[in-house]
Amino acid sequence: MQSKPTYAEIFRQRGLSRRDFLKFCSLTTVALGLAPSFLPKVIHAMETQPRTPVIWLHGLECTCCTESFIRSSHPIMADIVFNMISLDYDDTLSAAAGHQLEEVRHRIMEEYKGRYILACEGNVPMKDDGVYCLIGGDSYKNLLTETAKDAAAVIAWGACATFGCVQNADPNPTGAVPISEIVTDKPLVNVPGCPPIAEVMTSVITHFHTFGTLPELDRMKRPKAFYGTRIHDKCYRRAFYDAGMFVTDFDDESARKGWCLYKMGCKGPTTYNSCSKTEWNDGVSFPIGSGHPCFGCASPGFWDNGPFYKRLADVSFLGTDTNADKIGAVAVGAAAAGAAAHAAVTAVKKRKTGNSDESVQNEG
Amino acid sequence: MAKKIVVDPIPRIEGHLRIEAQVGENNVIEDAFSTGTMWRGIELILKGRDPRDAWAFAERICGVCTTVHALASVRCVEDALGIVIPDNARIIRNLMNATQQTQDHLVHFYHLHALDWVDVVSALKADPKETSRIAQSISSWPKSSPGYFNDLQQRLTGFVESGQLGIFSNGYWGHSAYKLPPEVNLLAVAHYLEALEFQKEIVKIHTVFGGKNPHPNYLVGGMACAIDPSRDTAINMETLSMVKKIIDDTMTFIDQVYIPDLIAIAGFYKDWLYGGGLGNYLCYGDFPERSLEDTSSLLWPRGAILNRDLSTIYDVDPRDMNQVTEEVSHSWYSYSSGDDKGLHPWQGETTPNYTGPKPPFEHLDHEKKYSWLKTPRWNNHPMEVGPLARVLLQYAKGDPMIKDTVNMVLGTLDVGPEALYSTLGRTAARGIECRQTAGFMLHFYNELIDNIKKGDYKTANTELWEPSSWPSDVKGFGYTEAPRGALGHWVHIKNEKIEDYQIVVPSTWNASPRDAEGKVGAYESALRGTPMADPEKPLELLRTVHSFDPCLACASHVFDMNGNEITKVTIV
Repeated sequence: MQSKPTYAEIFRQRGLSRRDFLKFCSLTTVALGLAPSFLPKVIHAMETQPRTPVIWLHGLECTCCTESFIRSSHPIMADIVFNMISLDYDDTLSAAAGHQLEEVRHRIMEEYKGRYILACEGNVPMKDDGVYCLIGGDSYKNLLTETAKDAAAVIAWGACATFGCVQNADPNPTGAVPISEIVTDKPLVNVPGCPPIAEVMTSVITHFHTFGTLPELDRMKRPKAFYGTRIHDKCYRRAFYDAGMFVTDFDDESARKGWCLYKMGCKGPTTYNSCSKTEWNDGVSFPIGSGHPCFGCASPGFWDNGPFYKRLADVSFLGTDTNADKIGAVAVGAAAAGAAAHAAVTAVKKRKTGNSDESVQNEG
Repeated sequence: MAKKIVVDPIPRIEGHLRIEAQVGENNVIEDAFSTGTMWRGIELILKGRDPRDAWAFAERICGVCTTVHALASVRCVEDALGIVIPDNARIIRNLMNATQQTQDHLVHFYHLHALDWVDVVSALKADPKETSRIAQSISSWPKSSPGYFNDLQQRLTGFVESGQLGIFSNGYWGHSAYKLPPEVNLLAVAHYLEALEFQKEIVKIHTVFGGKNPHPNYLVGGMACAIDPSRDTAINMETLSMVKKIIDDTMTFIDQVYIPDLIAIAGFYKDWLYGGGLGNYLCYGDFPERSLEDTSSLLWPRGAILNRDLSTIYDVDPRDMNQVTEEVSHSWYSYSSGDDKGLHPWQGETTPNYTGPKPPFEHLDHEKKYSWLKTPRWNNHPMEVGPLARVLLQYAKGDPMIKDTVNMVLGTLDVGPEALYSTLGRTAARGIECRQTAGFMLHFYNELIDNIKKGDYKTANTELWEPSSWPSDVKGFGYTEAPRGALGHWVHIKNEKIEDYQIVVPSTWNASPRDAEGKVGAYESALRGTPMADPEKPLELLRTVHSFDPCLACASHVFDMNGNEITKVTIV
């Protein structure tokens, strides 16, 4: 087997300077949410590691995760697939077809036994011998089990692979289950969202390659760096929530003023994701930023936690008596005193109950 | 001796599709069978839900052509409930739709289809100076210096020499059906990478109005994005300027990269005019200038063409219970009234009934049921939907922009209009249409600005937001022209909930199995008569299948008639 070029060598091959390479390492360090003191380790890893092979399987899905992945702005997709990983098998992008494509999968499984990453997009229909997803004349369940056997780690991309998503919603006609129910003996990272944010996806890949370890995960196997806080906690509309100022009708003054969307069914208070911090598509906006309530697409079972616009998020854990209808009866035109009172109550309760970041609502 | 080849998985499509083909003595495809190999049951999952949520469920049918099912769904529910949306919502939806078409076609050409025509490995042998000369002779796109192509070639050489070929592993490099000189292959590889980087910019328009991409947010009654030029909490001049810049850049990229590449590549394949297929074309139309009911206001017209006869355009009415039907004689479903009797979607049933072999299996029995796709028909005719159908219909109707672009492309290639009826014609139509939709983006942006200038900021009509205000039992129809063709949603709403939901998807029209009378659909028809240089490496088959831009996915083995696997060949 030929020796594989490292990132640093690749940069040199491309005629890029040492300065470009170091800048890339700095950006990667930031994207991974690491302290600047980690920069030398990142540089070392980038200078010594060959590209990690990745087999990317598609089950029951809509390919929105792949589409999100190619939207990544830092790093860009071309840098990922040509310089960082070796995306050797992917239905959506591979040149080879049929048995030639399957041959690649088997070759990687043998040549890089125990060293390749298995990335899974979509979930696994278990009903009726798995006939609801057939690939190469076999069920996705069999294909997945075979490919997972010698993987170093498994990444479950998106709502389908992590928690089930739309196929798995009631009545789940195909018996679709998340990857974690099939692959139980491998290190696994769940990257939920429908789809996940592009840079969150690419950062997971870069982290593994840089440190040879999975990023730190929470109890639901999600990277803490991106799923550690609720959308509500960093939402720029949070001040309006605290002041009891809510949008009560799409396209009225309250909507144009960007008030809180809680009463329109926003699940920001119970959804762990980076939308309000990283934002989408290179920081252009995020659902709430464009006036639509979050419907919690990174949460387990979110499709059955509706109706989206009617079911209000349970915010009792915030330590306030935040019944929006009782306290925040401060909708359009309410007395400022009411808003101030609500905000004061919120502040007092917060001090009493302390930080409730660790509590997980609607996610048990 | 005739052979049977199985291609499964077929890469560079969305979803899971399988093609089995019968190949004759001279390696010509005699017959082909198209199988959709996945079913997710979203129509069943929609039953009993709040109709205002339907768009979000439906949108998850596809993340490649994201937005299209959401758009058809909100239109469908609004049609049922009698909701009239504000003009700005119509414009924003049209702008988002044009954005989707443009981005989707660009990604299809470069990332899903190009490798059927472009030999990546051959680019290593190119003379970068000659590539530069060619690039500058066909376009004023600035990234065209010898140094630029030399750097790219070095990068590509390093990549190939690393031994880790990634997505290019085991491709059909060196196949005799590849006709481009190394210099043009290098140009195409450069633009493959540039398009990969540029596509992510186009969709930012979705993020502005819908909060994210893939899967931006829609709203029954309009759009949730508020407009107010005097606030930083709504769509204002800064966000609109971003949209305008993206539109300008997109039009430039299509005009200076996509179209010249399309013409340059097609020029080397002028003799490869296979894959025409059915000759029947169906369009629902889209891009309303007024309302969806007023089909005379659609920028993309509605109509049908039969047997390649452009002199007669047939009226289409998807609400007519006899026009659009689906039957399941070869599909893994059961109908209570008999599998070979077509049902209009408002009477539609979705009862899965898999009767194929237990996996793993080698072959399907095509005499019986063999696909998860139903078989749609228009007045009992199999129809092709998509860019070629839309371009032909506009050409037949004399749309000036389409006529000019088609004539320019055909004239440059020195071929007649009959060349459109081919795999390459389908691919060219997509590019021609992409140029048109990039222009639509600007048109709708200007319309939006005009409305805002008049002080019209309204984006949603919420008069009928509350379910208690709805009629108790209604039916609706919503349509759009998705990048891959005519898309229809039919809903039945009863007592504030979805009673039934039926969706007929473009790829169902194109990739459907044969009907009870044995009439084949667009894929199966187009593949017949295609010669292959080497059935072991079915590049030509992929070309034709990819020209439809399938929304499914597959896998392939090659067998002789006795079911013995032909020796496998490693290419790279």
